[in-house]
Amino acid sequence: MEVLERAELDGLLNELKRRGYRLIGPRAERGAIVYDPVETSDDFPAGWQDEHQRGVYRIQNSGGNALFDHAAGARALKHFLIPPRRLLWRAHGGDSDFTVETPRSTPPHFAFIGVRACELHALALQDRIFIHGPQPDPEYKARREQAFIVAVNCHRPSGNCFCASVGSGPAVTAGYDILLTEVVDAGRHYFTVAAGTVRGQEVVEVLGLRSAEAGEEAVAEAVLQEAETALTRQLDLSGLREVLLGAADSSHWESVAHKCMACANCTMTCPTCFCATVEDTTPLGSGTAERWRVWDSCFTTDFSYIHGGAVRKTGASRYRQWLTHKFASWEDQFGTLGCVGCGRCITWCPAGIDIVEELDALRRKRQQKLQAV
Amino acid sequence: MYAPQLEPMAPRLYRIQRVRRETEDTFTLEIAQAGGAVPTRFAPGQFNMLYAFGVGEVAISISGNPGTPETLVHTTRAVGVVTNAMSHLKPGQVLGVRGPYGTSWPIREAEGNDVVIVTGGIGLAPLRPLIYHVLEHRERYGKVVLLYGTRTPEDILYRREIEQWRGRFDLEVLITVDRATGHWRGQVGVVTKLISRAPFDPYNTTAFVCGPEIMMNYAVEGLQKRGVPSDHVFVSMERNMKCAIGLCGHCQFGPTFICKDGPVFQYDKVERLLAVREI
Repeated sequence: MEVLERAELDGLLNELKRRGYRLIGPRAERGAIVYDPVETSDDFPAGWQDEHQRGVYRIQNSGGNALFDHAAGARALKHFLIPPRRLLWRAHGGDSDFTVETPRSTPPHFAFIGVRACELHALALQDRIFIHGPQPDPEYKARREQAFIVAVNCHRPSGNCFCASVGSGPAVTAGYDILLTEVVDAGRHYFTVAAGTVRGQEVVEVLGLRSAEAGEEAVAEAVLQEAETALTRQLDLSGLREVLLGAADSSHWESVAHKCMACANCTMTCPTCFCATVEDTTPLGSGTAERWRVWDSCFTTDFSYIHGGAVRKTGASRYRQWLTHKFASWEDQFGTLGCVGCGRCITWCPAGIDIVEELDALRRKRQQKLQAV
Repeated sequence: MYAPQLEPMAPRLYRIQRVRRETEDTFTLEIAQAGGAVPTRFAPGQFNMLYAFGVGEVAISISGNPGTPETLVHTTRAVGVVTNAMSHLKPGQVLGVRGPYGTSWPIREAEGNDVVIVTGGIGLAPLRPLIYHVLEHRERYGKVVLLYGTRTPEDILYRREIEQWRGRFDLEVLITVDRATGHWRGQVGVVTKLISRAPFDPYNTTAFVCGPEIMMNYAVEGLQKRGVPSDHVFVSMERNMKCAIGLCGHCQFGPTFICKDGPVFQYDKVERLLAVREI
């Protein structure tokens, strides 16, 4: 393990830029911490901390120096790897003849800085869908395979985080090129550094960092411990699948639907939600038609539309679809849970619906029902 | 059978060879790949994504003969923006095609058994390739029964063809309509009523069912009452579909993706799902 002083952080960023990467990292802007392009380490949200509650998000500056003092922001990495709108192809001609061109340029080389454990788990889940399935998504695959990951261990989980319950955090264990642990301690500000891949190792070697001393490693270890202690929210996963599959006709969905506005915020901010629709543009005289891939949400009525109307007409059926997908059918489809415990859907729900509470409530109702029998 | 594509969302160009009006609101397009008759091999029950230039794309089952894959045949109802645009296309004009996609009717596994087809309205379209296959390899199957129901006599699809099938000694065709109009002298009532008197050996039968979900549920009930085991019944499902390659999430039906795990399912595998409303 090596040590990277705060003052040397730009050395790392510059080396990544020199290798042709576009840097994406957290920034405090317009009242939120989001992944966006960054140039130097001064762009990182120094001192900014975030507060998450049900339906509440605030950031405030603590006046401290820590750059990564926040939990997951609203924007997940899917924003860059499988963007909200993407041109799939363009067709020229008309009903009598047309040609199709797929404007695939060289995929952007992203280096993501400050990636959390939950985010890495989300990437692994999306990889299972977009790379390891029977039909890969060529654009996702190209972007993902190029992406360089500088993970930073979480040291200040939010009140909505429950990553430990679903086994995705808070400590980063896999999926990174370089892993940093940020330490602000006794007037010093540094990162411990571990490489996870050959190319990560190459970058670290170029930086010529010194080895970490035992004391520094111990402090970094304590930071991880602190995060684990701070993570108090828990989701009971035992038998959850059976709870959900047995709750298909539960009245509980109706009670959630009373609160749910079907705004789709949960699905937009969720780092694993992958649903999309296509939009076909109609040429007006130009003879050029386009098809775009656009993020979609199972909370819209249109989502399940077939001739004659939507299959999921009620809010209750749509909420049931989402939650059952995340915690039961995802397992059938992709062999894992569909949730990484980042808490985004709780934070960004304008009605303050909390999936942990809803799942617990479904479990209680099932137990009551079983006892009544 | 599906091989991953480099550009899975890009359609291939097909030219319309023939347009046939079937009923008042349904039509059939016969298409062939532009620039040479490259056969598009498909299995009965599979579907294609058809694109009308500048309008959009829809999933439509293949209803032609799998033995003549040089021509793709699609029957659909003009019901939305895309299918309405398609209904105005003329021979010589073009469509975009992606596919074929999805699972197929188990024609091999059904060999040696009686074949019972229960369908309603346009549900006959995805079953016609199966009928063609069975008739072409008639010796491989036992009794073959087609039970077909429509709203009115005017809604009977492929009417001339059905009349020919009815003239065969090796095929039993029973037709019923919900509402008798004109000079209809045939059966009136729901298609599921035909099951009880259809001639087949329930213990050695493979049944193929396609129609509205409610009709399929009743059809399966009728088949089960006759003694056909659930794992010998196959149904074809439908959901909204945008990509047809398992990546858009729209066609989820419980844990399944209709586009790749379906549209054809062994009934006992989806029985639990069919009982859930709005799933």
